[in-house]
Amino acid sequence: MSNEKEYIEIFDNNRPLIETLCSALLNKERAKAFEQFKSTGFPKRDDEEYRRTPIDKLFAADYGMNLGRLPLQGSPADFFSCDVPNLRARQEYIINDSFYRDAAEKSPLPEGVLLGSLDQFAQTHPELVEAYYNRQAQESDSLAQFNTTFVQDGLLLYVPRDTKLSEPIQIVTLLRSNIEMLSNRRLLIIIDQNATADLLICDHSSNDKQTLSTQVTEIFLRRGAALNIVEIEETGEKNSRLAHLLVNQESDSRLNHCCITLTNGLTRNNIKVTLAGSGAEAHLGGLAICDKNQHTDNNTLVEHKASHCNSSELYKYILDEEATGVFSGRMLICPDAQQTTSCQTNRNLCLTKCARMYAQPQLEIYADDVKCSHGSTVGQLDENALFYMQQRGISKDEARHLLMFAFAGEVIEKINIEALRDRLHLLIEKRFRGELNRCKRCALCKQ
Amino acid sequence: MKKKSNNIFRKIADKAYEYGFVSNIKTEIIDKGLNEDVIRLISSKKNEPQWMLEFRLQAYRHWLTLETPQWAHLDIPPIDYQAISYYADPTKKSKDKQNKEIDPELMKTFEKLGIPLEERLALSGTAVDAVMDSVSVKTTFKEELKEKGIIFCSMSEAIQEYPDLVRKYLGTVVNYRDNFFAALNSAVFSDGSFVYIPAGVRCPMELSTYFRINAANTGQFERTLIVADDNSYVSYLEGCTAPMRDENQLHAAIVEIVVCENAEVKYSTVQNWYPGDAEGKGGVYNFVTKRGDCRGNNSKLSWTQVETGSAITWKYPSCILRGDNSQGEFYSVAVTNNYQQADTGTKMIHLGRNTRSTIISKGISAGKSQNSYRGLVRVSKNADGARNYSQCDSLLLGDKCGAHTFPYMDIHNDNAVIEHEATTSKISEEQLFYCNQRGIGTEEAIGLIVNGYAKEVLNKLPMEFAIEAQKLLSVSLEGAVG
Repeated sequence: MSNEKEYIEIFDNNRPLIETLCSALLNKERAKAFEQFKSTGFPKRDDEEYRRTPIDKLFAADYGMNLGRLPLQGSPADFFSCDVPNLRARQEYIINDSFYRDAAEKSPLPEGVLLGSLDQFAQTHPELVEAYYNRQAQESDSLAQFNTTFVQDGLLLYVPRDTKLSEPIQIVTLLRSNIEMLSNRRLLIIIDQNATADLLICDHSSNDKQTLSTQVTEIFLRRGAALNIVEIEETGEKNSRLAHLLVNQESDSRLNHCCITLTNGLTRNNIKVTLAGSGAEAHLGGLAICDKNQHTDNNTLVEHKASHCNSSELYKYILDEEATGVFSGRMLICPDAQQTTSCQTNRNLCLTKCARMYAQPQLEIYADDVKCSHGSTVGQLDENALFYMQQRGISKDEARHLLMFAFAGEVIEKINIEALRDRLHLLIEKRFRGELNRCKRCALCKQ
Repeated sequence: MKKKSNNIFRKIADKAYEYGFVSNIKTEIIDKGLNEDVIRLISSKKNEPQWMLEFRLQAYRHWLTLETPQWAHLDIPPIDYQAISYYADPTKKSKDKQNKEIDPELMKTFEKLGIPLEERLALSGTAVDAVMDSVSVKTTFKEELKEKGIIFCSMSEAIQEYPDLVRKYLGTVVNYRDNFFAALNSAVFSDGSFVYIPAGVRCPMELSTYFRINAANTGQFERTLIVADDNSYVSYLEGCTAPMRDENQLHAAIVEIVVCENAEVKYSTVQNWYPGDAEGKGGVYNFVTKRGDCRGNNSKLSWTQVETGSAITWKYPSCILRGDNSQGEFYSVAVTNNYQQADTGTKMIHLGRNTRSTIISKGISAGKSQNSYRGLVRVSKNADGARNYSQCDSLLLGDKCGAHTFPYMDIHNDNAVIEHEATTSKISEEQLFYCNQRGIGTEEAIGLIVNGYAKEVLNKLPMEFAIEAQKLLSVSLEGAVG
């Protein structure tokens, strides 16, 4: 039996259970998505977009799913503590696939800001959720439909007009279970006109069981809104992540996105940014540091639909041992998107013979008054620079680390939260020295 | 200024396709349709040995199992393969008369195209194999070349006279299983050129093939095989045209090149098939598989192409860099105008050590055309020290055309150095203004800028071709800048 059939059957059998535990709004979209998923199934090996990341196989394992919404024992503080020192941020947790209702006292949010369980807000604020939920995901690929079919909860953030969030919001997604598990999360983020927010999404796992998570993040930036968003993945070798980040930008809005993959098993990030209003700006950054059998695939699509928009992409990969890196970046300039400037850069370091890099920077341009460019390189550390440092008494290993650190630094510099930037520098340095996995909140990290 | 330059270009764009005439030549055309009997008929008409027939049938049976490829950034209308005649022979008349003279009408056609078949009239230093529809009409300078041991003849002749050589190399670079159009070509190919340069010989003149489609409702399925033995050198040119017709014609060719140790092959194409009219009606579908295998160490293969014709182009001249220190080059200028579509590029497969490849692709799109570059650079695990440099630039002339870049890089080695760059832009107002200021008219200025843009590639063409290509560029481009 093929894998999709198995999941179609699971859904058919458990539909009443899923639906009774979930709001009507989510169920309405679920029905549509299920029909769509049924007709397409999982992306296949011959699907151009998934050529280098086999999806079908991922679903072959026998995962458990928490369809009955059984609550998890204990609080996240028992098994997780954020190791970014001096980070002033409001923390929220998504454990496996549900929003965690924190008992702890928190500073009040500005008036009108909504932050909490998606499923709950679908019941209390149906008009808001209905206007945005699944609007972008329904046009995405079959994995997004799979997520909509099974998703039961997630997080909603709504920032009303002219509101500026003073401190960053940190969303920690935690994977924790005693069995092999599949979890489906959903994030819906709406930044209304002229509002701004900083978001930090940390993906963690705290067990050694094989897990698979699908995550769909839908972001709507209304006119003049600004959002800085940093995603950091620090999961384990047995964790697979299939994520979609879908952004719709109205005129004069601004997005800064940075996606950092430090440790993982298999990661596929689908990032789609639609610049729908003129004057919108999107800056995407990505850094993947992979070794062992890690597999990181960033697939981006920036669609320029309106004039005078500006986008940039910078993706860097450092591949060690038998790691695989995949980068596919597509810039699509629609016929009316005149006066577009768009540039894409992809730089990759292969450190061993067994590391593999597949790069696919693409330009699709239907307007003439544009300036678009892309560049991609695969190479090694500069021999001359290595030699220069050795001459001055820096050991070869140290010199290598310094150069790699500088290579990664270019992406980190784009992050606007200072405490996080400092922490990432430290994390990356440790990662290069192979100390990251061994670090169990040592003295250095606790400071 | 915008309006003015538009007008200038519309004027030039209206200039008809120069080579669109039809020659009135009595041509033997077999019935339309494709089945095993048709393949047997083609094979028997060409008096082929049994192994050749089997090669064709095997390919045909495989083709039946395939589906038309849809992955390219092209909008290909469905092709009815049963509505095409697979063999048209314009030399029939002369054969009937048992006469060695070529039909004067045929001679006239090629003269009109600027390809004189009389050796005394020919451009000095270029030997020509002229192919019309399914048959090679004449090959010039054959005797002179033979003295040096060089074989330059039509494919049909080669199968008769050098069956061992053909059998040894045919289908070894492009297997009939390679793709849909390769399978179709392997089943029904009619004529093309065969070149063999023996070891240590530097071919004293440019070899060239001129392809012409004349008959209606036919397809051209040519097959070219070039073998450059150790330490040899050859420069090969290819040109093509077709009459203007309202219906589309199919051209599915295979070019195979084998480059042995220390040998060098330069392959240049000026493709000027009929591109269809301003409304996108008619034109040739150009679905071609071209590939060279640099088998020997220190071998070198260089592709240069100027693509201005065809309604749809689907073409990826590739290099397999198998030998150590082998080099592959690809220089391309692809121009699309009106409703033309092109999806073209190259593949560089690095297998040997210290292999190098260079890709320079210049796309120019105008009118309502779509122009894509699609390329692959693969570095295998053992290709230590591989080096690639790719540059793909696109120039947009007009706001209704598209320019796309789809490069693939598959790197499996830690000491490869791969660079890819692409830019897309239009001719800037500043550049035009600068020229205007200095008394250069807008029309001339655009010609100047475009020629400068394409120069890097045009410089790689052999002398006679470079001039032709430059002229071609200025004609096919226009109607576009705004």
